[in-house]
Amino acid sequence: MNEFALLFRQSNQLANMPEEEMKALIKKWQDWMGSIAAQGKLANNLVIRLVPDGKVLKSGGVITDGPFVEIRERLGGLIVIKADTIDEATTLAHGCPVFEVGGSVEVRAIMNMP
Amino acid sequence: MQDIDILHKLYKQEFTKMVAVISKTFGLGHIEIAEDIVAETFMTATENWRAKSVPESPVAWLYAVAKQKTLYHFRRSKIFDEKVAPLVRYDAAKSEEYEPDFSSQSIKDNQLQMLFAVCDPAIAGESQIGLALRILCGFGIDEIAEAFFTNKETVNKRLFRAKEKLRESNIKMEMPAGSEVVKRLDIVLHVIYLLFNEGYYSTTQNRVLRKELCLEALRLGLLLTEFEITNVPKTNALIALMCFHASRFDAREAGENGVLLYEEQDADLWDKELIAQGLRFLTLSAEGSEMTSYHIEARIALWHCTKEDSVRKWEEILQLYNQLLMINYSPAVAINRTYALYKANGWKEALVEAEKLKLENSHFYYVLLGELYSNSDIGKAEQNYRQALALVRNEAERRIISNKIGALH
Repeated sequence: MNEFALLFRQSNQLANMPEEEMKALIKKWQDWMGSIAAQGKLANNLVIRLVPDGKVLKSGGVITDGPFVEIRERLGGLIVIKADTIDEATTLAHGCPVFEVGGSVEVRAIMNMP
Repeated sequence: MQDIDILHKLYKQEFTKMVAVISKTFGLGHIEIAEDIVAETFMTATENWRAKSVPESPVAWLYAVAKQKTLYHFRRSKIFDEKVAPLVRYDAAKSEEYEPDFSSQSIKDNQLQMLFAVCDPAIAGESQIGLALRILCGFGIDEIAEAFFTNKETVNKRLFRAKEKLRESNIKMEMPAGSEVVKRLDIVLHVIYLLFNEGYYSTTQNRVLRKELCLEALRLGLLLTEFEITNVPKTNALIALMCFHASRFDAREAGENGVLLYEEQDADLWDKELIAQGLRFLTLSAEGSEMTSYHIEARIALWHCTKEDSVRKWEEILQLYNQLLMINYSPAVAINRTYALYKANGWKEALVEAEKLKLENSHFYYVLLGELYSNSDIGKAEQNYRQALALVRNEAERRIISNKIGALH
């Protein structure tokens, strides 16, 4: 069984979402993650949520508060899951609530350290 | 006859205390000497009390006799010859050091040390639970065999191996040093949790034994609260969990058919006192920032002590199961989570999720699938219930599943 990181990228505009919608979205996330975990596919129980703000360090020692990347989306969090192939990992990523807010899931294999 | 009852009660109550205190004298490597001395003490008591009468303070009597026997054994033992005699010039003052101290503080201290010693990582798995049942809970070999659904020989073998480990690894009756205590406490809590589950979910039909097991686990948990170093939020969370579960013990057992389905339980039989006690410990467990699986399981158990069947309740339970799975996956929790999903989000979503689990060794899994399919496809529902029947071992559960099949048509 291999490990894959699912990186959740989402819009910067989420902060403006009405509270009720936000609550419903959070429930969807919890149920979706619960579903992955219930299948025993969550690796090392590794779930990382990222705070929206942070710093970016660039070459030459330039530090900025963002944007992290020059696109509308930013990294919202990541989980590490267990799957045999990248296709299976991608299948598991289906139904992720990030799609409901126009986001995307990046699926990346974790490299085994020699 | 009355004497026998008293002796039986005293044996249950005092065996583990006396073994813990006496083991301090001989060292854990010779725990069987302590067991023998306690057994002999009770033998003497049986003969004496039958011939005369039960003394005024039977416990003090037992301690006094055990003390004599310990000193007698000790002076005659190899330990004395090989270890003590060459080092010290033996005199009366010295012998007091080896005299067992049956004061209530000493009993508690020794039981705590014993608990930590039994949970040494060197002794693993089933041997550890067996040893805990014998030494910490005072269960007989036949009772342990019954609880484990195995025979006496197997239990004896396991205990023998565990005791061998105690000796080989030179495990001492003392608290681990410094930060080790914190690490070891996790094992201690886990062993208590397993002891409780052994009683609560055991397949044995002997419910007196099962309840005793649960109460013994609870007692060990409470022992931990008497020491500052072990009275931490996760200890309190585990105790809360056990209280909430134990509160429903009588309700679960009330039906003729043994274990009852949750929906059929009579809430009046829930033990309100235990629920209140659980709530007190749950409050204590909320101090600090660590969120353990015991915290989450305690909250789930508390919800099960609330007799309402609302979407809100099941939504709360579902989220707790989601959290629990992220900390600690187990097939049983995955099945329970899917049941909560059914009650909170409806059967369609739950059926899709249930099909993903593929827990084909568990009869609970097929019961869940049967229940979910009963909303849409009676044939498939029956097929799944029949799969469950093929896997189930417990007679009471077999009857419940058969009834479910009957109710389909």
